[in-house]
Amino acid sequence: MTQSDPSSPRYDIPPELQGQVAVTTLDRIYNWSRSNSIWPMMFGLACCAIEMIATAASRYDFSRFGMEVMRASPRQADVMIVSGTVTKKMVPQIVRLYNQMSEPKYVLAMGACASGGGPFKEGYTVVPGVDRFLPVDVYIPGCPPTPQALLHGLITLQRKMQQESLKTSPWYREKTSTPIPVPILGPDLIDPRQYDLIRRQNELAAQAEAEAAAAAAAAEAAGGMPAEEESHE
Amino acid sequence: MSERLDQSIPDLVTRFPEWVRLDERAGYAGFVVAADHLITVAWALRDEFGYDYLSSITAVDYLPEDCLEVVYHLYRSIGGGALVLKVRTGRAQSRVPSLVHLYPGAELQEREVWDLLGVHFSGHPDLRRILTWEGFAGHPLRKDWREPFFEEEVKPYKSRWPEGQPRRIEDQNPYQNNLAYPAGFDAESWTPDGDEALYSTLTRGTGQNGLRTDQMIVNLGPQHPSTHGVFRIVALLDGETVVDLKPVMGYLHRNHEKIGERNTFLQNMPFTDRLDYINSMSNNFGYALTVERLLGIRPTERAEYLRVIMAELTRVLNHLFAVGFLLNDLGAFFTPMIYVIEERELILDIFEAVSGSRMMCNYFRFGGVSRDLPAGIEQKIRDLVFDRLPRKIEELDAYLTGNEIVRARCEGVGVLTAAQAVALSTSGPVLRASGIPYDIRRADPYSIYDRFDFDVCVRYHGDIYDRYLIRLEEARQSLRILAQALKDLPEGPILAGKPQHTVRVPAGEAYGRVEGPKGELGYYVVSNGKANPWRYHVRAPSFINLTALAEMSRGGKIADVVTILGSIDIVLGEIDR
Amino acid sequence: MKIHGFGIVRGLWVTFKHFVTTYIEDVRRGPRFYKTPAGIEQRRRADATGIFTVQYPEEKLPVPEEFRYLPFLVYDENPDGSRAVRCTACGICSKVCPPQCIAIVRSSDPATGKSVAAPAEFYIDVDICMNCGFCAEFCPFDAIRMDHDYEVASVDRLAHHIFDLNRLLKSAAYYARIRPTNAAREDEARAAKAAAKKPTPETAA
Repeated sequence: MTQSDPSSPRYDIPPELQGQVAVTTLDRIYNWSRSNSIWPMMFGLACCAIEMIATAASRYDFSRFGMEVMRASPRQADVMIVSGTVTKKMVPQIVRLYNQMSEPKYVLAMGACASGGGPFKEGYTVVPGVDRFLPVDVYIPGCPPTPQALLHGLITLQRKMQQESLKTSPWYREKTSTPIPVPILGPDLIDPRQYDLIRRQNELAAQAEAEAAAAAAAAEAAGGMPAEEESHE
Repeated sequence: MSERLDQSIPDLVTRFPEWVRLDERAGYAGFVVAADHLITVAWALRDEFGYDYLSSITAVDYLPEDCLEVVYHLYRSIGGGALVLKVRTGRAQSRVPSLVHLYPGAELQEREVWDLLGVHFSGHPDLRRILTWEGFAGHPLRKDWREPFFEEEVKPYKSRWPEGQPRRIEDQNPYQNNLAYPAGFDAESWTPDGDEALYSTLTRGTGQNGLRTDQMIVNLGPQHPSTHGVFRIVALLDGETVVDLKPVMGYLHRNHEKIGERNTFLQNMPFTDRLDYINSMSNNFGYALTVERLLGIRPTERAEYLRVIMAELTRVLNHLFAVGFLLNDLGAFFTPMIYVIEERELILDIFEAVSGSRMMCNYFRFGGVSRDLPAGIEQKIRDLVFDRLPRKIEELDAYLTGNEIVRARCEGVGVLTAAQAVALSTSGPVLRASGIPYDIRRADPYSIYDRFDFDVCVRYHGDIYDRYLIRLEEARQSLRILAQALKDLPEGPILAGKPQHTVRVPAGEAYGRVEGPKGELGYYVVSNGKANPWRYHVRAPSFINLTALAEMSRGGKIADVVTILGSIDIVLGEIDR
Repeated sequence: MKIHGFGIVRGLWVTFKHFVTTYIEDVRRGPRFYKTPAGIEQRRRADATGIFTVQYPEEKLPVPEEFRYLPFLVYDENPDGSRAVRCTACGICSKVCPPQCIAIVRSSDPATGKSVAAPAEFYIDVDICMNCGFCAEFCPFDAIRMDHDYEVASVDRLAHHIFDLNRLLKSAAYYARIRPTNAAREDEARAAKAAAKKPTPETAA
């Protein structure tokens, strides 16, 4: 799909999205109306939320782009701007809210923390990026992204929306989409999609321990030397 | 503190010879009290010696000496320096008597010490985890507890240079995430405890007028249009009246203190920006003061004035923002906020031009500030301080103070008496609105605040309206200080000594506090002589002011809870740290 | 006489004044108020009245010289067009970075195996970078500096958000364009240092 194609939009398409879908006129109408009336959900986690509020305020004013109201209720919101660090205690709520949003819905990871954990990534209650749990559409690096950077990110989201086609879009299928299973707070955060993985890790750990114990017993039996302590995790 | 003991501190060693001794370690000060007699000593301190204000409780894990040390900082509400008490307890069995019945403000802080360090406070009415969640494995701030993404004990990590490969650390974790489970953990059969433990701590009152009424538990948050961040309130309601209330926090716990122990001293500076993320300059200020106390250096004259200018600009910014948010909570959706944000944008332009970033300024260094004022900025600051900000504060005053709806909803609502305010360890505008004229810039001056002429604002009703009026008045006083600082701003170097990225701080402890816009922001830093802090604790004003939320809300309506929260002016970055 | 409700009326009057002023100012200033640098500058002054909005993306508010976003590496242009990377792979930026997002592989001479003062590989994970500016502040060779470019949003972070040496290198001319005062001061300091170190017949060993 090239720029000379009469059905191509006037906007420059990010390279990773080129050549993927053919957008018809009906798609263009849907995309145009959707991308010019994105209502963000009032969802601020941390410092980036203050820059989001500044973007909503008079100097940068994202209602010029159609984001007129920030809706507190997820049912009425179109985009969830995850602004701030995602912590394990908050993730069940975030996933629940995402499930409650009505389609079409988008997620914008604002800032370094929401994209990939940010400076707090090494922490024990920090999730390294909200894309561990939700499908993210646009990432905006920065700590915090200035309002102009956030607006650029929102324009990128609009451009991405303009690439959608009714034929391939997940929102217009017969089958209802399955909600993301809500994580549970245990000794550490438990993602229900990883039950198999946890079981497998337990088996591997038990196996390793058994082998180590057998090796230690063999070493003791062989040389009468004191068995060395193995350090497990 | 690495200074000698303040002269007016009582001689506890003579008073309680068997139970109290001086802390004789080099670089340390204060008294070490035997755990069994802590309550008696604290009683004497409060009632005989006048130390009625318990400002900070924290604990340090001295792994090499196999003990945990709980550290208390007490003050007199009439002013003066700190009295430091320490109680030692073992690491395996850590039990210390709780001070909640003497100082109700200890409630949330003792819960935090239990959560992060595992010290059990006997006699605490509700000792549950506060920043992590019930069921979390281990006590994270203990020195032998390692996080799943652990790389090395302290930074800088050797893996980054000279053979640094680009790898994402989650790729090395089997779950592609920051997760680790205890051995043999059966995830599928785990059911979390639920909130029953939390709900059972709410005190159920009797029905009104002898009628048997049903009391309902309502959760506000953590995602709520008005809770100033991810903060949850569990309210027990009888109709519309609040019977009891519990704040639940930890939804933004970003492990600031654990990361702080891994960082070097200077690397902590940008992390302090993210504590009270609306006022990064005052967070930097407190941390710089504390480490300079440990290092025994003072900043240059020009740097002192620049620091005060930035701190007071940030105070004006914060108070205007708080007024805007309060009006948001009252229902005036966004118009006062927009006017306030205009002023904020102009002040942020100055911060951006001076330090490089609007919000995360990272401006202060040990011994001064990082950059000098660029050309033309001083004139911009003058324009704001002498022309625009006074005009706009008057406009805001005219616009909002006489508004009948504001008055009807704020006068007499959320009352906190003076005695309650001191007992609950509140600080900042909340304390001063209740009639206690305690402002650290006057009570225990730091930096060059003793050179400036300004009034400590105080009000006596202790309701929301007073807190709103105090913030406007304090903004005016800040403009007064700014005018004096701009007049006296000297020329000269902005940093004492050469810029150093790795400072070796002498062993010892220091507690430095500043009058942040939200209250007393304190930093407790313990150094063991190396380049990284041994313990790094932040005494967050919003966190401790929340102890008063339940007291203020009881008997009021549910709609008032939101406004009361707005009047305390919280920011989640420092509550959850 | 105190009229009940007068406070509300006064408040509404303030809002009304703000609202009407925006139209009056528009008429007074005319079309040169919008989409011109002078107009944008007017809206940043302490005496700004009327519309406060800066209409991104048609009007971009210029960032000050000290503004820091993501880091970049500086190279000087040699007369023959090749790049002289200033970085010597000393590792200070990587050590001083608070979240440790900089990873450097120092070059080594393939023949002798000894280390060479140049980076073979240089990575910055911008999903971790906190834009603090310490790397730029403590670099002794003026090699890494903070960029002004904030338009870095992307749709795929795993592919794009670890910047490597090629992505990070930008010319010294670009640096002088975005930070003229700083660049001039640093160039002068480097030239003075180079002049001071010029070998004389006695010191040339």
